[in-house]
Order: sequence, then structure tokens, then C-alpha cells
Amino acid sequence: MATMTIAKAINEGLRASLTNNPKSLLMGEDIGHLGGVYRVTDGLIKEFGDERVVDTPLAESGIVGTAIGLALRGYSPVCEIQFDGFVYPAFNQITTQLAKIHSRSLGKLTVPVVIRIPYGGGIGSIEHHSESPEALFAHTAGLRIISPSNAHDAYWMIQKAIECQDPVIFFEPKRRYWLKGEVDVENAGLSEDPFKAHVVREGTDATIVAYGPLVPVALAAANAATEDGRSVEVIDLRSISPLDFDTVEASVKKTGRLIVAHEAPTFGGIGGEIAARISERAFLHLEAPVIRVGGFHMPYPVAKVEEDYLPDIDKILEALDRSLSY
Amino acid sequence: MGSTQLPPGTEESLAATTAAAAAPGEPVEMVQLLGPDGKLGSDPVFSDYAKRIDPEKLRVFYTDMARIRRFDQEATALQRQGELALWVPLTGQEAAQIGSGHASQSQDYIFPTYREHGVALVRNVDLAELLKQFRGVSNGGWDPRENNFHLYTLVLAAQTLHAVGYAMGIQRDQKLAAASDSTDPKAAVIAYFGDGASSEGDVHESMVFAASYNAPVVFFCQNNHWAISVPTEVQTKVPLANRAKGYGFPGIRVDGNDVIAVHAVTEWALEHAREGRGPVLIEAYTYRVGAHTTADDPTKYRESAEEAAWREKDPLDRLEKYLRAEGLADEAFFDQVKADGDELAKYVRSTTHGLEVPDIREAFASVYAEQHPLIAEELAWFEEYSAGFESDQEAAN
Repeated sequence: MATMTIAKAINEGLRASLTNNPKSLLMGEDIGHLGGVYRVTDGLIKEFGDERVVDTPLAESGIVGTAIGLALRGYSPVCEIQFDGFVYPAFNQITTQLAKIHSRSLGKLTVPVVIRIPYGGGIGSIEHHSESPEALFAHTAGLRIISPSNAHDAYWMIQKAIECQDPVIFFEPKRRYWLKGEVDVENAGLSEDPFKAHVVREGTDATIVAYGPLVPVALAAANAATEDGRSVEVIDLRSISPLDFDTVEASVKKTGRLIVAHEAPTFGGIGGEIAARISERAFLHLEAPVIRVGGFHMPYPVAKVEEDYLPDIDKILEALDRSLSY
Repeated sequence: MGSTQLPPGTEESLAATTAAAAAPGEPVEMVQLLGPDGKLGSDPVFSDYAKRIDPEKLRVFYTDMARIRRFDQEATALQRQGELALWVPLTGQEAAQIGSGHASQSQDYIFPTYREHGVALVRNVDLAELLKQFRGVSNGGWDPRENNFHLYTLVLAAQTLHAVGYAMGIQRDQKLAAASDSTDPKAAVIAYFGDGASSEGDVHESMVFAASYNAPVVFFCQNNHWAISVPTEVQTKVPLANRAKGYGFPGIRVDGNDVIAVHAVTEWALEHAREGRGPVLIEAYTYRVGAHTTADDPTKYRESAEEAAWREKDPLDRLEKYLRAEGLADEAFFDQVKADGDELAKYVRSTTHGLEVPDIREAFASVYAEQHPLIAEELAWFEEYSAGFESDQEAAN
């Protein structure tokens, strides 16, 4: 067991993959000597050289497009997109090419590309640096989308993403980069399967589903609810595509109430998909409508007002009250 | 194959003569060896490469150009008869495709766009498989690994980046091979695109990346003068080959209807790339004689006189003139070529009719390489739903 931040855990996970898989390589803007704007790749260029830790020209479509070519040649590239809001220049390569090449070739070609994207708000930043675009990618078949919420998961999930033969978008909760946790580098344990949800807190009265940066917020809300005598279960989704509906369904059948929280806007978001599926699977078990807590239907607001936009403990507790009093 | 070493000063002379920046309207240097009159000219650099082409090879060039033109006519007819949803004709561009395709070696990997039927022919792709996409029974059709010929990419220019990434992979492989004294032949990549796609950002990014990493890639731009209805002048104010200069690698405009020059220039460029001297841009100056696709109507945007002028520069006619004048092919040869073309057309027509309609279960099976619960769930639903119809039918019987 070692204590490390999420950023360090990803760094160690990348180091382990680079060591174990000679065909893996990292590519992105400023990931070499600078170690990335968040220092997630810190020190890796010294250890593995500039053929395996590649500083690229400043061009996101170029990064993902060339990564696809490298994958077609048998490599396992891991791309870093500097910030969530800068992934859009690569949107075409990700959705029309990366997601579809396996299908287009009827399974003859695989493109095991990982795209790391620091995402989410709460860091007081300028425009394009605080977004949560996961639903845009989840809507595209052929991609897998995962997001760790703690250091142990971060260490193992990045390695599992690199091992996966499908393209994986790895959303990193940037405001939690410095959140420390215990990492067992010997045993993955429950992290073995990156596409399964985890019940991270058990409860009987209601379920909160969250992922990435909002998992600690959901846990804090559940703890606060105990003051009112409420027993709240919290699920860390971990994977957005595929989405582990079985775990959510089992929890809802136990608690009868469901709140889904994410930073992304609620309209057209992952919460809506969960609400619809759970309504189909567990309609008669639901004591209240599924309630979504998320961003408003607006461009991510300026930093000085982002606290009003972001789901926080109070917003989740308010949703919990509505659900419990329904 | 001859030496890959260019004589001293060749690079400089290339830079000076082939991609000299020309202001709009200025005449541009263009490599041409076989003129429309069927007479062989010379070039200070590329004549040496043309000399490698023996008479047998020349006859193969002619045969392949004729076969792919015949195939093109047959596919167009199949579309008109409702057998194909769409066809993308290549007529006029045979020399650009057959010449460059033959310059590639089997270890080279090729990324086509969607009009490179001639290159597909040279790379031994089964042309009936190529029609699957246009018949609506596949989004690909062949196994790209068998002939190192990638699937068609329909989102223009996306494949130019794949080509550069693939070339970066070759570079890494070659370093490993050098360390292990491997005798594998050196490889390069060709990225095909057109004058229309040259405006796409991905072409720019691919050239930036290729230059940055000195990737072994040849950018082969077929300037066929029309991006559907928009002429090249709207895409660029300078000859497209000149753009290479801005990225720091050689750019060469070649007469795209001259199969000898195209072969010579492409062979030079591939050797340049394979030997680690970096990327090359080739602009094959040619013309799309037919429509963009069978859904297009060129009479709405261009003069028939322009088409007629280009027919005078036809790639097959000029090689035929040369072969006849030099006594390299007789009437029996041309009769045989025609018969071979008809045979190919017959084969394509009969296999097109027989192309199997896939089961949607194939689509379920190929979305992901690894198990995915949503795919499994939706497939299970579909099976149950379909089974319902079957039992209804049984009940009705």
C-alpha cells in the first residue's frame, strides 16, 4: 500500500504500462519535459525517451489521427488532450474514425487508443477549461468511456484502459488530481474490471449515483443525510460506456429512490439515460421519480459564478429531500 | 530496383525546378515524360527512374489502366441499373493511380480515399469486394492487412493523419529491426487525397506531423480539378505541390495523365521516404473526366469544351501511341487487353449480383472488440423480437 494523489496514481499507472507493454507510447502537447500542464506525465520522458513519450505539435485532430495510424501498425498510443474543452478539434477523428474502424472492418482491425482528458470544473479557470463532454462521446458506439474517482482506481483503470482492445476515453477528474488515497500496486482487487460500478457506501433509503469528481460530493451528502436519520447508498459508476445498469438496478430495488449527479448539463446527459433505463427495469420498485442533479443548459459559466452551476452537497441533499418526500 | 542514392545535387535541383513558388497565373514546372502525342521526353532527375520501366512493365501499365477503365464503366452501368446505390467514377485518373500504385512495394501501406479503384486493382484487392460498399452490404469490404491497402475513408482527409501515424509506427519498427539485424525491407506509406480534401485541416496537420517526425510518408494528391462542383482555384491560389515548401519537404507536380512520369516520381518519393529522408508531396495534375459520383451532374457547373480538351490528354491514348510507335505492342495485344477488360466486367457483374446481404448480427458482433453488456442486451432483445415474428409465421402456417 502506498498513499498518493490521483495525478501521481495515473503517472504510476502510465509508468507501469510503458514498462510492461513495449508497444505503448504517450503522445500529447507538453507531456514531455514539462510533464503535462497537470504534471501527470512528470518524469516519464526521462525514463522512456522521446519515442515513447512524444511531445506533439499543437493539434488535437493530429494527435488522435496519428494515434489511430500507430494503433493500426500495432501500437497502443495514449493521447493526452490538454483540457476537456480542447477535445473538439479531434471530435471528427474520434467519432467518425476511432469509434468506427473496428466495425467498418468487421472486426479485422482494432484501434486500441486511449484518450486521456482532464475534465470538469471547480478550479476557477477560464473558458473551455471546466467542461464535462462525456455524454457527447457516450452517444457514439464503439467508444468506451471511464472515469476514476480515487487514486487506487486511477492507478489500475488507466492500465486496464491501455490493455483494452477497444478505444477508451479516460476522463480524469481534474479538480481531484491532488486528492490522496491508498493505492495497492500489487493487487487491483475490485478495480480489476474498469467497466463495473462500485457501491462505495451502503444504505437503504435512497441511492445516489455519481462518477469522477462528484463521488466525494455524493459521499459527503450521504454522510450529511445521516443527521436526519437517512441511510443513503452511493454508487461510483466508474464506467459511463458501458454503463453498469445491473448494479444501479440492484441498488434501486433495495432503496426505491434514485438521484443521479454529474457536472455535465442534465439535458441530454447520462442522468437521463440512467433514469430511463431504471424506469424500465425497476418501475414498480421506484417510490419517486428519478431525480437528476447536474449543470444548467448553458455554456459552462464564468469562474466567479461556477459554484452556482456545479452540483454540490446542498443540491444533492435538496434532491434527496424531494425524492424522500415524494 | 536500382540504387536509392540520388546523385549529388539532385535534392537541390528538385527543390529548384519542381516546386519553385509560382505566383497565381505563372507557369508551373511539371514533370512530364510521355506527352499527349505519345512521344517520350526527358527529365534531369526522373528519366533515370523511367529507364527502370521495361517494355513488359509498360504493357502491364496499359493493361491495368484499360482494365480499371472498363471496370469503371461496368460499375457505372451497375449503378444505373439499380444494382449499386452509388458509384464514384475514376475515368481520367487511371495513370495517376496505376502509375503510383505500381511504384509501391508490397511492404508499403496505402491509405486511399474513396476513388482509388486503380490502386486497389494494383494491390490485388478483389474488385467485387470493393463494390460491397457501393451495394450497401459492407462499410469496408476487404481485409486491409492482406494487401496493405486500407479501407476507403469517406470523411475526406481523415486518412492522411492515419497514414502519418502508421508511418511513425514503421519508423519505430525499423529502429527495433535495426537493433535486431532484421532483413525486412524498409517500408513507407502513401496517403491519397484530392484537391478538394487539400483544404481540410487534417491535411495540414498531417503534413505538420510528418515534417516534425520526418515520417516515411508520400502524400499523393490527385488534383482532378473539381471538388464536386467547386474548381481547384477556390481551394488554392498556388500550385498544390508548392505547399510542401511551407512544411519543409519536397513537393513535385507531375503530369497525372503520364503513367511513366507518375511511376518515376512516386518511385523516387517512396525511396526518399523509405531511406529516412522524410515526407514528399506529389501533386498529380489530372482531370476527373466523368461526374463526381453517379449522383452528380457536371453539365451544371462546367463546360463540355473543358472535358473535351482533357480527353485530348487521355492517359491511355498516349501510352497506346507510344507502344505502337515503338513496336512494343501489336494489335493482338490490344485485342487481348479488350478481352481481359470484358472478362473483368463480366466477373464483377456476376459477383455483384451474388454479393451476400449480411445479417445485422454481424454489426452487433463488430462494434467492440471486447465484450460489451449493452450490445449483448440489445442483441438479446432483437433475437427475442425476431423470434416473435417466426412463431407468428409458424402459427399462420
